[in-house]
Amino acid sequence: MVSFPSSAFDIAEAVRSGSVKAAAILEDHLGRIAEREADIHAFNLVTADAARVIAARVDDVVAAGHDPGPLAGVPIALKDNMCTRGVPTTCSSRILEGWKPPYDATVVSRLAELGAVFVGKTNLDEFAMGSSTENSAFGVTLNPRDTSRVAGGSSGGSAAAVAAAFAPVSLGSDTGGSIRQPAALCGVVGVKPTYGTVSRYGLVAFASSLDQIGPFSVDVRDSALILESISGHDPLDSTSIPQGPLDLLSVLDQDVKGMRIGRITDMPEGADPDVLGRLEAAFDALRAAGATIVDVELPTLKYGITAYYLIAPAEASSNLARYDGVRYGRRVDSVDTNSMYMATRAAGFGDEVKRRIMLGTYALSAGYYDAYYGKALKVRRLISDDFARAYGKADVLLTPTSPIPAFNVGEKADDPLAMYLCDVYTIPTNLAGHPAMSVPFGDSRDGLPIGVQVMASTLGERPMFKVAAALERHMVATGGRS
Amino acid sequence: MEVAPNDGSYLIDGYEVVCGLEVHVELATATKLFSASANRFGDEPNTHIDPVTLGLPGALPVLNRRAVELAMRIGLALNCTVQPSTFHRKNYFYPDMPKAYQISQYDQPLNIDGWLELPGGKRIGIERAHLEEDTGKSTHVGGTGGRIHGSDHSLIDFNRAGVPLVEIVGRPDIASPDEAKQYVTELRQILVAIGASDAKMEEGSMRCDANVSVRKPGSPLGTRCEIKNVNSVRSLGRAIEYEARRQIALVEAGESIRQETRHWDESDGRTHTLRSKEDADDYRYFLEPDLVPLDPGAEWIEAVRAALPLLPRERRVRLSRATGAAADGEAVMVVVERGQDDYVLAVTESGADPARALVHVKEAYAEQGARPSVPVLDLARMITMEVSGTLTSTQAKIVLAELVANGGGDAEAIATAKGFEALDTSALEAIVDDAIAAQPAAWAKYCAGEEKAMGALVGAIMKASKGKADGRIVTALLQSRRG
Repeated sequence: MVSFPSSAFDIAEAVRSGSVKAAAILEDHLGRIAEREADIHAFNLVTADAARVIAARVDDVVAAGHDPGPLAGVPIALKDNMCTRGVPTTCSSRILEGWKPPYDATVVSRLAELGAVFVGKTNLDEFAMGSSTENSAFGVTLNPRDTSRVAGGSSGGSAAAVAAAFAPVSLGSDTGGSIRQPAALCGVVGVKPTYGTVSRYGLVAFASSLDQIGPFSVDVRDSALILESISGHDPLDSTSIPQGPLDLLSVLDQDVKGMRIGRITDMPEGADPDVLGRLEAAFDALRAAGATIVDVELPTLKYGITAYYLIAPAEASSNLARYDGVRYGRRVDSVDTNSMYMATRAAGFGDEVKRRIMLGTYALSAGYYDAYYGKALKVRRLISDDFARAYGKADVLLTPTSPIPAFNVGEKADDPLAMYLCDVYTIPTNLAGHPAMSVPFGDSRDGLPIGVQVMASTLGERPMFKVAAALERHMVATGGRS
Repeated sequence: MEVAPNDGSYLIDGYEVVCGLEVHVELATATKLFSASANRFGDEPNTHIDPVTLGLPGALPVLNRRAVELAMRIGLALNCTVQPSTFHRKNYFYPDMPKAYQISQYDQPLNIDGWLELPGGKRIGIERAHLEEDTGKSTHVGGTGGRIHGSDHSLIDFNRAGVPLVEIVGRPDIASPDEAKQYVTELRQILVAIGASDAKMEEGSMRCDANVSVRKPGSPLGTRCEIKNVNSVRSLGRAIEYEARRQIALVEAGESIRQETRHWDESDGRTHTLRSKEDADDYRYFLEPDLVPLDPGAEWIEAVRAALPLLPRERRVRLSRATGAAADGEAVMVVVERGQDDYVLAVTESGADPARALVHVKEAYAEQGARPSVPVLDLARMITMEVSGTLTSTQAKIVLAELVANGGGDAEAIATAKGFEALDTSALEAIVDDAIAAQPAAWAKYCAGEEKAMGALVGAIMKASKGKADGRIVTALLQSRRG
């Protein structure tokens, strides 16, 4: 049996050199999808035929002596909230059923230009609202490491697709931890870049001031490769930072000697002992590699969740108001326009989405704005100020990604507040617009993956990747045992 | 800021009218406020659309630089301060509003604190002039009165959705229907002069809402009503007048005025309740997260200011100085509104009498645009003949009509062809004496100081001279004979 390269980096190299066909790589992945997708449900849609056409085109380019690009023949899965021209984009919501966008998201067109092969659209919590993918209208995604457990969310499908080797890399979106938490739960790398680094054009909005697209991969190098490919200014996104693509691959081999790694002394409590144990192991590994561990205080961090659950729903209530059944998606007819709106939205949205629309509408209402939304904005600023002080002392901060490893399906489905607490460590970076990533760093005693979160200040992706690569090297060197 | 208070000169039944106007103007940009689709009126429905215009999921707005520049022109022409600004979302449901929110400027508008000077010199305060996007246009089919309620179905045209608008919010400094009309007329001229908008009320590229209240002089402000659907300058005056009288009648009857939005109905000349304040939407404004703050910066602001053309008021002053006519007099107002003031100045500069040039252009050039077809020198030559007495004023008008009809020509040749020869003074004096002798009663009245009596004498003299007599000379002769 032929053995194929498994990382995106190696696949692209092999395909560009002509030593492996993109078509063969694709079939290898489609084979695994055929084998396990029924048990995992990572995808809302597998676009096998379209992928075969693209892979064949990549092979033609190579055969003609040309270079298809740095992602030649790399299979990629896309979270189903990124617009793909002519291909259904549902956000795992009934309300968008049947909608085929007439345009590609900027990330999609960039990846396509570089030779990537899209294999499908992955499952998510409806409109990216959730931490377990249980809020999908099309069924839950299960964790490839233990299919009795959730894959996390909201980008659970993209995390599971990489963990199950359905694709070497995928894209997710992260509003409060939606890339990093499922990455941690599935044992893969997941990155939320600095707000404005990756274009949001074509990403169906949940909370516009927090949403950011980022990659999933098995190793740190592949995430660096994908992030280099999709970052850089986009004139179609006004919040896009006017700068070129990030330069990340070049820092991966640099050592962390002399770097200052921050430990948050007043970190929100409640994390599983196994998770805290792995965090300590991470500090030890970095100290051993020559880094200095410094204590920092972030007293406002604990208010992050509260502020987030006012700001994100407020923006969502506005972003989701357009789904009225008038122009696209699902429409439930009724006696007049207002009744049609109500019937459409009642049938089209799930419970969690409705809960957040109501919460956000209330927070923005006349007479309540100052007490809720306005105050949340002040807290957001205080958190940013706290971070700024901390980054005066430390180059990166380390926390758990998720307070707990993957939980059982249904365990928290009826308890929204318990579910919201999954994001206690990830939310603050979204509020500050900073980058953060989750790196797999060993397992719990039950054999479930645990992720460590590396956080950095605005555009601190280079020190962040440097530390993530060092943690990964440690895991490889120790065989994951310490 | 200097704003003239209500001077109390306009009262209805002892009440002052307090009025502030909100004017929306569509900017004359090539593309929309947040996307590259064309900004064009009157094309096939839904031909100027794109993911942003339709509010498709994932689409994001990108601010049109040209729209910002035109909005700054408006602000600077209205003596506003241009400041760093932000955009907000104004949330409400309506089928022709594809995102279910309008992107508008809220607590930090681009232009604040300016004024507009009416031709007579009174200043009307401008609170703000901010950028926002227009909605699409609904057509409700079936039912009555084009309303959505009771209609069979509705059609939506998104060509207008996303068209850049500037909303100019005036302070309640307007004290009469006539001032309101002057304000809108002057504003329209400014907008056209600076190239910001074609400002056509009939086509909807300029829309005007009026806030009206009444009070006894010296009393606190009354409750105001907002009047919508005013589609011409004339209707604006009528609507304000009607609304003021309606409110006065209520107050006089001891009833209170409800704060509400009212609809002007052109056909019955009345305003009708549209919705009361209690029904008003809660727009849940919040900062638009898809856009960044807009800070034009001093350099850009000054460049826009420096490139502003002369404004109508400045042009009226210039024409007034050149011709001696009043800056807010009809001739100057009309000629500047037509944009023919440069032409009059050119005629003047080539040596012709400025006052005659102004009057002739005002009277004879109504159908001509800002670039009249009659060459400057042709008109100047005709005026010189008139002033020297070679042509009477009546003859001058005939010659000018010929010039206008032919797009120019030689005034002398036209005069000769028409057989115009000026009467010599002795011949005219004889005709004058004959007229006095023929109408002793009229002459007696005239000598007693009754100026109107002159009309009968002049009429007879003109008739006897077959129109060749110059009216001004006739008048002078009559006056000298009266002593």
